[in-house]
Amino acid sequence: MANERQIIPPRGGPRMGFQRPKNLGATTRRLLGYLGRSQYALIAVAVMLVLSTGAGLAGSYFLKPLVNNYIVPGDFAGLGRMLLVLASIYLAGVIAAYFQGRIMVSIAQRTANVMRKELFDKMQDMPLRFFDTHTHGELMSRFTNDLDNVEMGLEQSVMQLVSSVLVFVGTLVMMCILSPILFLVTAVLLAFMIALSINLSKKSTVFFRTQQKALGEVNGYIEEMVGGLKVVKVFGHEHTASTEFAGLNEEYRSSATSATFLSGVVMAVMGNLGRICYATAAIVGGYLAIHGQLDTGSLVAFLQYSYQVAQPINQATNQLSVVLSALVSAERVFEVMDAQPEVDDGTVTLVNVTYDVDDSDEGTPVEAPEDVVTKEWAWKVPQEDGTAALVPLRGDVRFDHVTFSYDGVTQVLKDVSLYAKPGQTIAFVGSTGAGKTTITNLINRFYDVQQGTITYDGIDVRTIHKKDLRRSLGMVLQDTHLFTGTVMDNIRYGRLRATDEECILAARRASADSFIRRLPQGYDTVITGDGANLSQGQRQLLAIARAYVADPPVMILDEATSSIDTRTERLIERGMDALMEGRTVFVIAHRLSTVRNAKAIIVLEHGEIIERGNHDTLLAQRGRYYQLYTGQSALE
Amino acid sequence: MIKKLWQYMGQYRRLVIASPLLVAIDVTCELSMPLLMGKIVDTAIPKLDLNLILQIGFLMIGLALVAMFFGSMNHRVAAVASQGFGANLRQALFDKIQTFSFGNIDTFSTASLVTRLTNDVTQLQNTLLMSMRLLTRAPLMLICALIFAIVINARLSIILFIAIPLLVAGIALVVTRAQHLFREVQVRIDAVNGTIEENLIGIRVVKAFVRENHEKGKFKKSNDDLTDTAMRAGHLVVAIMPIMTFVLNATTVAAIWFGGRMVGQHTMGTGELVGFISYIMQILMSVLNISMILMMSTRAQASAERILEVLDTVPDIADATPALSAGQASADSGPVVHEGSVEFQHVDFKYTASGKGENVLSDINLSIRPGEFVAIVGGTGAGKSTLVNLIPRLYDVTAGQVLVSGVDVRDYQLATLRSGIGVVLQNNVLFSGTIRDNLRWGNPDATDQEIEEAARNAQAHDFIMAFPDGYDTDLGQGGVNVSGGQKQRLCIARALLKKPRILIMDDSTSAVDTATEAEIRASFRRNLKDTTIIIIAQRISSVQDTDKIIVLDDGRVVGIGTHDELLAGNPVYQAICASQMEGVVVNG
Repeated sequence: MANERQIIPPRGGPRMGFQRPKNLGATTRRLLGYLGRSQYALIAVAVMLVLSTGAGLAGSYFLKPLVNNYIVPGDFAGLGRMLLVLASIYLAGVIAAYFQGRIMVSIAQRTANVMRKELFDKMQDMPLRFFDTHTHGELMSRFTNDLDNVEMGLEQSVMQLVSSVLVFVGTLVMMCILSPILFLVTAVLLAFMIALSINLSKKSTVFFRTQQKALGEVNGYIEEMVGGLKVVKVFGHEHTASTEFAGLNEEYRSSATSATFLSGVVMAVMGNLGRICYATAAIVGGYLAIHGQLDTGSLVAFLQYSYQVAQPINQATNQLSVVLSALVSAERVFEVMDAQPEVDDGTVTLVNVTYDVDDSDEGTPVEAPEDVVTKEWAWKVPQEDGTAALVPLRGDVRFDHVTFSYDGVTQVLKDVSLYAKPGQTIAFVGSTGAGKTTITNLINRFYDVQQGTITYDGIDVRTIHKKDLRRSLGMVLQDTHLFTGTVMDNIRYGRLRATDEECILAARRASADSFIRRLPQGYDTVITGDGANLSQGQRQLLAIARAYVADPPVMILDEATSSIDTRTERLIERGMDALMEGRTVFVIAHRLSTVRNAKAIIVLEHGEIIERGNHDTLLAQRGRYYQLYTGQSALE
Repeated sequence: MIKKLWQYMGQYRRLVIASPLLVAIDVTCELSMPLLMGKIVDTAIPKLDLNLILQIGFLMIGLALVAMFFGSMNHRVAAVASQGFGANLRQALFDKIQTFSFGNIDTFSTASLVTRLTNDVTQLQNTLLMSMRLLTRAPLMLICALIFAIVINARLSIILFIAIPLLVAGIALVVTRAQHLFREVQVRIDAVNGTIEENLIGIRVVKAFVRENHEKGKFKKSNDDLTDTAMRAGHLVVAIMPIMTFVLNATTVAAIWFGGRMVGQHTMGTGELVGFISYIMQILMSVLNISMILMMSTRAQASAERILEVLDTVPDIADATPALSAGQASADSGPVVHEGSVEFQHVDFKYTASGKGENVLSDINLSIRPGEFVAIVGGTGAGKSTLVNLIPRLYDVTAGQVLVSGVDVRDYQLATLRSGIGVVLQNNVLFSGTIRDNLRWGNPDATDQEIEEAARNAQAHDFIMAFPDGYDTDLGQGGVNVSGGQKQRLCIARALLKKPRILIMDDSTSAVDTATEAEIRASFRRNLKDTTIIIIAQRISSVQDTDKIIVLDDGRVVGIGTHDELLAGNPVYQAICASQMEGVVVNG
């Protein structure tokens, strides 16, 4: 996964090698689609752009009438009038340029905003499988590097590219108007210059590639050796590492020097060929002037144009690479946006119900009005005749001959059948890779079964609306993840509408209240960086409180393996036990007390259930569990 | 700061000094163009002197070629010097980091060290490159163009002395206001990235609690905040170019107005006026460039600070006599580890980084005999890893002393000490390369037979041979092609190849199944009779048949004895046993 390293040339550095998007047309169209949302603004930008470019070009052209008609004849009143006209054109150009830039910033920022939002939303909708195959770093860099590139490309480069082209074409047109002969001479030289620079650029692309490759190796080595620095030290490999690094570093230095040099030469040659153009135009123009074929005003105006004609070419080449890299980035962002989101085609939903009192013991569930919140829940199962049946939510979960594989090759679960009746605790025991976590992942449909069925209160989970299914399940994972916000916010994560009192009550039940009160700001203490300021045990206690607030009928628990200090462990034990009370619980068990109290213990091995029963019956069986328990045998 | 960095310029110093001279020639040639052109228009054309036109014209072409040559030379010099400087700096950093102690590594964090070695060095390298290309050029251009302008017409040049301060003031106004906003933008960016990151890490929680829409809403808020601030900053910055154009245009108009009159009074030629206008552009562009470079340099400054922070760090732990690197460990440099005894005498330890002065280990007294098989147990945070890390002197004790083979660890050369001790770390890594390459880390000269023997002892031989390429299987970066348990066994084999007197395994069989783990222990018993083995383990089943179990709780030794002894009389050990199902593989 990490083998493919992306090297983004640093901003402002030499960028000679062009990155090319795989599908230039489609990506460009799609990106334009985002811009199209602000089409009026874009039209305004186009108008402003033409105005400001035109004003810039007009300035030099004005030299001709200024010199010929006013300065040479000495008509200062006319000069003043003419200059006023010029000044207003300039002013209009400056104002247009400012607003063009300003509007473009808004467009670029808004586009980046929309893309960032869409990307984030898309990410939230992706199935877990997606996160298994994409590293965090990879996804992060879509948000940071790639969106940055797009934003920068839109904000500056696109317009500068267009404006460079406009200026270049405009300059040529003006030159042609001023003197067709001089224009021809200059055009030949320009053509030569452009051909030469394309040639040089191509050469430098080769060097640039070598440089990028060497850079990749240097960075890869740095990442690896710094990442494994402690191992390097333990094995006393410091010297070897330094020597090996020196080799890679030297390789990079030498290829980078060539690439940088060549890109610099391209700049120097281009700049000075512009000046040779200028000098040639001066010679030829002087000759023409002597022979009366060119007036002084036209000559100075032409020379002024030829002095600047090389600039837009340089600028356009620079901007083109930025624009292309923005497109490459946009393409990468679109790739993620196009990924298949988590499908949720379930039709069974979870609704609040009230119970009509009738003859039966439990009463008949009746769907509560939308704004009424009751403590009772039921599954609303659509029937073929268009009506819906209400099935009370009880927490009865059954696996029927379930087979599952993550990658389609290795079967992680083989023909697993089990059931949990409402209120029962089912404990899973087995070694790493036996499939314990997978079973829990299937219940809440993080993944879907390939064969067999899982039913929840008699309903196939695949027909239940995923979000409703998950709302009915609580989860406490081994690695607790918290979010930036206060302790209270994090507990409330379990049920967003919970009051402060309910959250505090949950914390008390989860035995988390005492440590929270000892935090500097109590429940208002802000948690940052995934709870870095809390101990592992404290984070787990918060996770239990969070699940408590949600108060679901079914809980999935993954007990922490590493023993935490004895005091906290006892707190967690108490919290967990309280959480399990009166619910259907699936627990990946590591504690003896959990297993002892479980209604059923399921011993898994290589994805198969090899034994099941409660603690006493399993011990009495004198089978594998007994052996495990008494330490006479190891798994596998 | 520049003084310190100048050190790393090394052999390229002369080039850096030479660069401005090359630039000066280039600039002079370039700037004489408009002046010469003015001559053609004002002198040659009115006189109808074709010869003079040709003379001046070819002089211009010649000067352009000279400029091209010196310009290219400068690009060469800039490329060599900047890349060379970058390479020197990178190497210096890399070498420095190699001398870091575990404590130093912990303070900096791996990710931050990598950034400093990659991004920050590149940043400085590019800054040097840009400076040699442009920074010297811009002021030279400014000064030369001003001189030429004054030469053409001193009176008209007064306009420039009004225009330049105006431009500087305009830019300064925008930049100072923008900088404040940019800082704010950075804060917002951090917030957005923070939200993304925690959602990536906690995606299971988000999905389990069906909080996708909640998270989307939170993100929308921070995203909009970012856009709002970035837009305000952007709107300010886009004003710079128009301000520049405005000043340039106003100056040009003024020059034509006043200059035109001079031309009318014949105190100035038309060509001179046009030349003067060209200089206006050069001068004002230079001012703009200088301010841009100055803005860029603030970023470089931050990078430089981060790099110097690493270079200025004094390693916590170093040899008493310096300048000895791992490759040169030899017997004549102080004591050697000739037997595997370990002794802790009244050892206290605190991580100085935490600074809170809380002891992680307090008054540890231990004695381990050569060849003994010792286990250390205790809860997370009890200090197990810290304790064993003191033996190969990965950290230094705060008080008391640690003796290895009867000698205080601080009296050894680090390389000698560590070559005698094999450590299998808790968070271990393999490196890219083949399995054989990785195992050779333990001993670069190991024969294939020795490698196989070590692999067998670590119960790794069989699975290695099951790969199509056997020992030549490429592991890829970070050992991505092997499972967790396989990786741990390879790490053990690697440590065994050192043939250490003392082997320390810090929870390094947690992903290995119990049966294999038992076999590893059995083969150690058979084949490593003289090696002192110290293991840290979570499972009671892993430790119950060791010679001695040390029970740690809250940084103190609360029990030493065999499994049976401790089970009979040690409450902490009893609690650990009770909380585990004996024998059942409990790991996640």
